[in-house]
Amino acid sequence: MTLTRREFLQQTGSLALVIGGSGLLPRSGYSADGDNPVPTNGGAEVTAWVRLSVDGSMIIYSPATEMGQGSMTALPLIFAEEMDADWSRVTVEFAPQNPSLYGRKLMRGVSQMTFGSTGVMTYYPVLRQAGAQARYLIMACAAKYWGVDIKTLTTEPGRVVHQAGGKTIGYGELVPHLSIPDSIPVIPDEQLKDPTNFRLIGKNIPRNDIPRKVNGSAQFALDVRLPDMLYGMIERGRVHGAKPARLKNEADIKAMNGVVSVHMLDHGVGVIAESMGALFPAKFKLDIEWKDSKASGFNSADVFDLYEQVLDTAAHGQLLVNLEEGKEGKVVIDDGDIDQARDNAAKTYVFNYKNDYVYHAQQEPLNSVVQVAVDGSSAEVWIGTQNGTGAQHDIANALGLEPSKVVVHQQYLGGGFGRRTLSDYGVEAALLAKEVAPRPVKLTWMREDDLHYGMYRPASLQRMEAYTDRHGNLTGFTHSVVGDGERLIADGTDINGYNIPNHRAEMHLVHHGVRVKHWRAVGHGTNKFAIECMMDEIAADQNKDPIEFRMQILEPRAAATLAKAASMAGWGNAPAGGRARGVAYLERSRTLSSGICEISIDEENGKIKVHHFWSAHDAGIVIQPDSVIAQIEGGVVMGLSSVLDEKIDIVNGEVQQNNFNDYPIIRMHELPETIETELLTSSEPPAGLGESSTPLIACAVANAFFALTGKRLRHLPFTPDRVKAAMRA
Amino acid sequence: MLTININGSEKQVDVPGDTHLLWVVREHLGLTGTKFSCGIGACGACTVQIDGKAMRSCITPVSAVTNGQKITTIEGLSTDNDHPLQRAWIEAQVPQCGYCQSGQIMHAAGLLNENPKPSKAQIVEHMSANLCRCGTYMRIAKAVEIASESDTKD
Repeated sequence: MTLTRREFLQQTGSLALVIGGSGLLPRSGYSADGDNPVPTNGGAEVTAWVRLSVDGSMIIYSPATEMGQGSMTALPLIFAEEMDADWSRVTVEFAPQNPSLYGRKLMRGVSQMTFGSTGVMTYYPVLRQAGAQARYLIMACAAKYWGVDIKTLTTEPGRVVHQAGGKTIGYGELVPHLSIPDSIPVIPDEQLKDPTNFRLIGKNIPRNDIPRKVNGSAQFALDVRLPDMLYGMIERGRVHGAKPARLKNEADIKAMNGVVSVHMLDHGVGVIAESMGALFPAKFKLDIEWKDSKASGFNSADVFDLYEQVLDTAAHGQLLVNLEEGKEGKVVIDDGDIDQARDNAAKTYVFNYKNDYVYHAQQEPLNSVVQVAVDGSSAEVWIGTQNGTGAQHDIANALGLEPSKVVVHQQYLGGGFGRRTLSDYGVEAALLAKEVAPRPVKLTWMREDDLHYGMYRPASLQRMEAYTDRHGNLTGFTHSVVGDGERLIADGTDINGYNIPNHRAEMHLVHHGVRVKHWRAVGHGTNKFAIECMMDEIAADQNKDPIEFRMQILEPRAAATLAKAASMAGWGNAPAGGRARGVAYLERSRTLSSGICEISIDEENGKIKVHHFWSAHDAGIVIQPDSVIAQIEGGVVMGLSSVLDEKIDIVNGEVQQNNFNDYPIIRMHELPETIETELLTSSEPPAGLGESSTPLIACAVANAFFALTGKRLRHLPFTPDRVKAAMRA
Repeated sequence: MLTININGSEKQVDVPGDTHLLWVVREHLGLTGTKFSCGIGACGACTVQIDGKAMRSCITPVSAVTNGQKITTIEGLSTDNDHPLQRAWIEAQVPQCGYCQSGQIMHAAGLLNENPKPSKAQIVEHMSANLCRCGTYMRIAKAVEIASESDTKD
């Protein structure tokens, strides 16, 4: 099968072709106008994904954001594998924002966004095909150069080999002879590399961003310094959604040393100064009168009574609860016949689980640098974002420009965790930069700004109603979740990997005016907590071992992860005195995961100590095993932090926490003694792994707590007060 | 005009004395490996060394380091990025997002200056001062151990 050039562009979006001086030349699409300079330095862009130099070195363009998850190595590695590139000669650069070239097809269209642990999973087929096509083009060129049939050629890393003729030639040496045929074949799957021949995939190749991250040279957006640059900050309302009515002391602020200007924005007041030193005092001095908003008077401690009231009022199948304006509901999963399971239940269980608001705490404060042209006709943006295309469009919109007039320079992200799929901090920088064009403005959020005006994982309540038949089999359950944020709270209500015939999930929405957002693993952290604790409660009621109970209803691939975790933990052997173990299973981004923890409790201070965490994962083919294990380890640590300590309290509409002194992130001395991770061997396509371990923690810890004390923890986080209250209960 | 000794050379900076060292280092001298994260000395992303001791530059006024104190930032830790800690950090593949890692390395270097062969417990105690949201602590501890076991420079 072959494609015309036009079809090729449309189908894979991986190669842009233009007519050049010597015929058809491929060029990457740095701008929609196609006005890129022709490659110089003797190099050529073989396809949009790769630029090859005469000396054999090459640049591979990585389409995704690098925020610590290792995409900047894993994705180019997939391409290099199929291209048969010499990895030692590869450097990697961020691809420009151009989804038609560098995106992949997702359910909601073609996108270059980095989210939901989808990078490797969704780019794997795209980059294998693109790498194989680049290899094909080079081989076709060698065939023409040597005057031989392409079928007689093979490759070794970085070289084309003509075995019969005893000849080899480096990819780079072919650059002067590169030309592109009229049509480029789609390489059929069976002609892609047999995974048993992989040279790069599945090996532990060091991450290419790490050397720059140990000497301070990795550039984050906050590190960008431009000539004549100014510095900006914004004072936003302590109550979310509050708009400024007026600035009471504008003249005083403007008179301050180093202050350039002050700007009323829709959601706050911006200050621009000549230096960071001048900016802080000006920001602190702003005296703003705020209007009320929907969040005025909101108290996060009160939501659970309201949520229970919502569920008490909602009869099954009657979701639109008109307690008050703004409450609505939706069935998100309805598998089997839940009414029949309920009606025929020999026993019905009802459990409630709760979770408080949680903050991202990405360590690089939100920031970006924007320079608007003096005539306002274009802008350049330096930003670390999970969604560069979104940033481009949002900033263009704010400046009244076409997206093509906004160039986004993607930087390393000092943590994302879901917060940075929204580029509001880029828009803010643009709004300030517009006022002082053409001087660039670096907009920085203080840590306090980010805590007070954060976008939290929403508080929610899960009511689980489970049904068993007279043999004790779990025939089905209804999972009702109440909270704010729609998909944020409905996500993770699925039960992939479990064989339970009847399953229904409902979400009930209550809007508070508090900003909410995706947080690592999104709804899995809270909904899997509810599902896995429910499993444990039913198993305990039936006097069954929690692993045996799950084994009866898990599908084989899922069960294999649980069996592996059980063997790693030595589940059959009792832990030391004063300790107990708890288990959890879940699926996230197609990765199947089981985790077991071992805990003890300091009864005096109510602190849970996690001593060991074992987990086993089936993620399909793994590109970078050590990098994946690092993700699992980090996810365990972030999970522990959020489960044991982290919560946002909102009183009278205002977030009470301010900085890392009162929003504690876990520290080294609080870590388990061991975190052991196993990846099951699989030939299935790659799944996503960046978020898999974080949601295992809540349920594993709660279930271990039950095993140790006979009491249940049903409200996240498990703060010392809640631990002590549960033990007294 | 203030004079500071940083990474082995004298620099003159035109800032008020109460400006925090972090901003002098980052915005005036362009040494952006030292990071801003909390601004209250709680996380350690801004850690530099002052006369060999790990210090928080975000809460240190520049006026406190104008008497000839030797300031070292991540850029000055080694001449060719081959400090034992930097090599160990690569060997253990420590960084994820990497934002806190300059501070982690500078904080660990402060420990090794005082105690070239710390025990595991001493490493954990010392390094608990610095936050890593990506959760790379297991590898940080391992890397400090690797570095302390290798031949120390100097």
